[in-house]
Amino acid sequence: MATVDLRFSASPEHVRTARLVAAAVARRAGVDESVLDELRLAVGEACTRAVGLHKLHGLQTPVRVSLTEGEKTFSIEVGDDAPGSVPQQRDGEDDTGEETDELGLAVISGLVDDFEVAADAEGGRIRMSWPAAAAV
Amino acid sequence: MDLSLSTRTVGDRTVVEVGGEIDVYTAPKLREQLVELVNEGNHHLVVDMERVDFLDSTGLGVLVGGLKRVRAQEGSLRLVCNQERILKIFRITGLTKVFPIHDSVDEAVAASD
Repeated sequence: MATVDLRFSASPEHVRTARLVAAAVARRAGVDESVLDELRLAVGEACTRAVGLHKLHGLQTPVRVSLTEGEKTFSIEVGDDAPGSVPQQRDGEDDTGEETDELGLAVISGLVDDFEVAADAEGGRIRMSWPAAAAV
Repeated sequence: MDLSLSTRTVGDRTVVEVGGEIDVYTAPKLREQLVELVNEGNHHLVVDMERVDFLDSTGLGVLVGGLKRVRAQEGSLRLVCNQERILKIFRITGLTKVFPIHDSVDEAVAASD
């Protein structure tokens, strides 16, 4: 059972909201202040990727973020509805966004030790977790 | 917080001062600004990131795009940044090897290739 569940329409302007909520819940869960910046960045990257995939596939469904406070860990799962959302290879015609899907995953893997990407016909999920001391 | 952008000319360099958050929502504004500057003939850019609070991969993509554009004109794009949390993103993506990163605008303006 997630501590906080967030669903937002797949628009870039809501990614910041997801970052702020994730950081606030993580702080409350006892995640160390020194990693909150990294957590904010990682969840932003995961949401940015999900928003991009929804746009690419013309999906109207929301992006899902589950923030779960465990006994010793704080986990975040970002879910999208894009079928088999493996990293996309796009043409390099425009110089925006074309490498950012891969770059986004590179940033997450550089920041988060405990991180996995899963995808099936239903959609993709990025799971990340951080150590958390129980907040008393 | 939104993105703030201002530009000024120092010698043959154009300094773009960026403030706020560069993410998937605001990065297009930065891209437009860089494209416009290059199209207007400003081929030596210094992007001052001292007042940037947040930068993600979308922002990195825009900076790489800007670098490609100025290089096509035999220009340059230098960054000014002292903030560890921002520098870290350049390091983990290997982009410290791609961008010259300076401690101050003065140093970036004085630098030559």
